[in-house]
Amino acid sequence: MKIAVLIKQVPGSDSALPLTGDGTWIDDSLITFVMNESDNYALEEALRIREKINDGEVVVVSMGPDRVQRVIREGLAKGADRGIHLEEDGQIETDPLCIAKSFTSVLEDENFDLVLTGLQSDDTGMGQTGILLGELLGMSTATLGIETDIQSDTIRVKRELESGWFQWIKLPLPASVSIQSGINQPRYPSLKGIMGAKKKEIKIVAQSEHRPDTKWQSLNRLFIPQTNKQTETLNGDADTIVNRLVEILRSDLRII
Amino acid sequence: MDKLFFNDDHLMIRDMVRDFAETEVRPVAKEMDRKEKFPKKLVAQMGKLGLMGTIIPEKYGGAGLDMISFVTAIIELARVDASVAITMAAHTSLGSVPILLLGNEKQKQTYLPRLASGEIIGAFGLTEPDAGSDAGATRTKAIWDGNNYIVNGGKIFITNAGEAGLLSFTSQVEVNNELKGIAAFVIPIKTAGLEIGPKEKKMGWRASDTRQLFFKDLKVPPEAMLGQVADGFKFFLKTLTSGRISIGALSIGTALGAYENALQYATEREAFGKPIYKFQSIGFKLADMATEIEAAKLMVYHAAWLKDKGMDFTKQAAMAKLFASEMAMKSTTEAIQVLGGYGYVKEYDVERFFRDAKVLEIGEGTSEVQRIIITREILKDFKIP
Ligand SMILES: Cc1cc2nc3c(=O)[nH]c(=O)nc-3n(C[C@H](O)[C@H](O)[C@H](O)COP(=O)(O)OP(=O)(O)OC[C@H]3O[C@@H](n4cnc5c(N)ncnc54)[C@H](O)[C@@H]3O)c2cc1C
Repeated sequence: MKIAVLIKQVPGSDSALPLTGDGTWIDDSLITFVMNESDNYALEEALRIREKINDGEVVVVSMGPDRVQRVIREGLAKGADRGIHLEEDGQIETDPLCIAKSFTSVLEDENFDLVLTGLQSDDTGMGQTGILLGELLGMSTATLGIETDIQSDTIRVKRELESGWFQWIKLPLPASVSIQSGINQPRYPSLKGIMGAKKKEIKIVAQSEHRPDTKWQSLNRLFIPQTNKQTETLNGDADTIVNRLVEILRSDLRII
Repeated sequence: MDKLFFNDDHLMIRDMVRDFAETEVRPVAKEMDRKEKFPKKLVAQMGKLGLMGTIIPEKYGGAGLDMISFVTAIIELARVDASVAITMAAHTSLGSVPILLLGNEKQKQTYLPRLASGEIIGAFGLTEPDAGSDAGATRTKAIWDGNNYIVNGGKIFITNAGEAGLLSFTSQVEVNNELKGIAAFVIPIKTAGLEIGPKEKKMGWRASDTRQLFFKDLKVPPEAMLGQVADGFKFFLKTLTSGRISIGALSIGTALGAYENALQYATEREAFGKPIYKFQSIGFKLADMATEIEAAKLMVYHAAWLKDKGMDFTKQAAMAKLFASEMAMKSTTEAIQVLGGYGYVKEYDVERFFRDAKVLEIGEGTSEVQRIIITREILKDFKIP
């Protein structure tokens, strides 16, 4: 069983997010980066699958500038067997199709049985990479996995639906499944794992070798939503005031 | 700062321990302190991660890492819970290092892998009721009876004692009515003749286990001696020299924990219509704390770096321990001041950090003792006219 896990390095949730001067991205130099949360769960799921069937290979794949080698190494320290780094030279790509095509060009020849991705990245939150990649690689795809059950040539995935509903589906391998946070308890890398990670291979693919020539979507402007305080004084008789209050609590604040 | 002493491994180790401390330790820290509950489960987890054998060589089952890694791990643990940090630090730098420094191959093979994996916890018995700073005044006596040493006496304030599997301790040795000097021994703590006292009730480090030990005709075979008779005292003091780096690290962590709390609080709490950090007297407290923490970090990492490079670090370790522990006491005191009344109640963690700070000026050589060492060291370097 050959499993690829796509891992993105994203700004940590307690990092300040200053915008660049031209307002098209955040100022990378002031940010602490971490492994995208749901990717961490996807990695854990991959490691558990490998441990359960006691066979196979887990490959962590990440795209981005040099700094992303840190999350690749973190994956290796936790137990992945090798890494692939798709280099990006300038600002990171945000077009999901462009991203998926980059991954496709590199993963195509590897013939993975299973590709696990996080549900979405905590930066742009498009949630499309796993689906697009599955499609481009001709794999069966599923999203929002909260439990997996691997068989020899199929995988059963429990999916989270709306309003507390769940669904079990069965996919033939090869498959691409996106994983929801909380599906398992991700391990910490041990000190031995950290030291051992250095000896594992990270294959580097230059941007010119994976990036498609076309771009289908581009990001125009990032901005921080303006917040303002509004005070409303309720006037009138008791009934009017109470009715308006209930309306606010129900419709505006949605707390009743 | 990180860039000066850290490589990529150190960064990854820091992130791992920080994540572990935030996720596993933070949620239980307050309750362990309140109930004086020893962190058994956390020790087992740390064992699995390799944190109970950070600086033990790989061939004895440890992670084989350097002192910088060890310092980083202690800082990250102490930033959240000093009791957990001292449990790990004392186990390593006091409980395991004497065997590493002084043990013969058989002792190392027997004990180090079990210590490094966290299967057993190590304790270190030097202090006695009548021999604290003056450790040479050890009264515990081992009398050679032809086959074994028969030990009588006792130790006090021994960290991890109630949870430990292994004890290294010092004792006077007497052979044929003649005192031979202070030797070190290593024994399984559950040995007939060794009685473990009740847990000390402490101001801070409450989840750490501290107890008195009583030796009553404790029979110790000659194979349990670490090195030669005359080595014991010298090497125990040497153990303390590197132990000081760990107390420096604990001090940084403790101060950081309190400082980060104070910083956050100062941005949230408003008085007279503005967040209190905007009052210069509060802002400057935070600035002083940040500055002194930074200075302590440089000193402690520098001492660790000297040790890693195999250079003499006696003076730097004493200076780092002295400065960092006094800095921690000051920073935690000021952190409470920043929080005002909220800092004084147990709901907020700064009160715990404050109680945890005091012992840093006492354990592994009091501040006064550090100053004695530093005076001795600086005069060594100085040509007295
Ligand atoms: C929580 C805790 C955990 C501990 N864990 C351990 C452990 O695991 N193993 C272990 O062996 N010990 C342990 N200790 C003991 C600790 O190392 C001693 O308490 C410390 O060395 C001081 O000794 P003392 O308490 O006897 O004080 P004393 O030596 O009696 O000192 C009392 C005061 O006199 C001062 N003083 C003493 N001599 C001089 C001098 N020459 N010049 C100037 N001032 C002087 C001291 O600085 C201090 O202020 C622990 C202590 C505590 C509180």
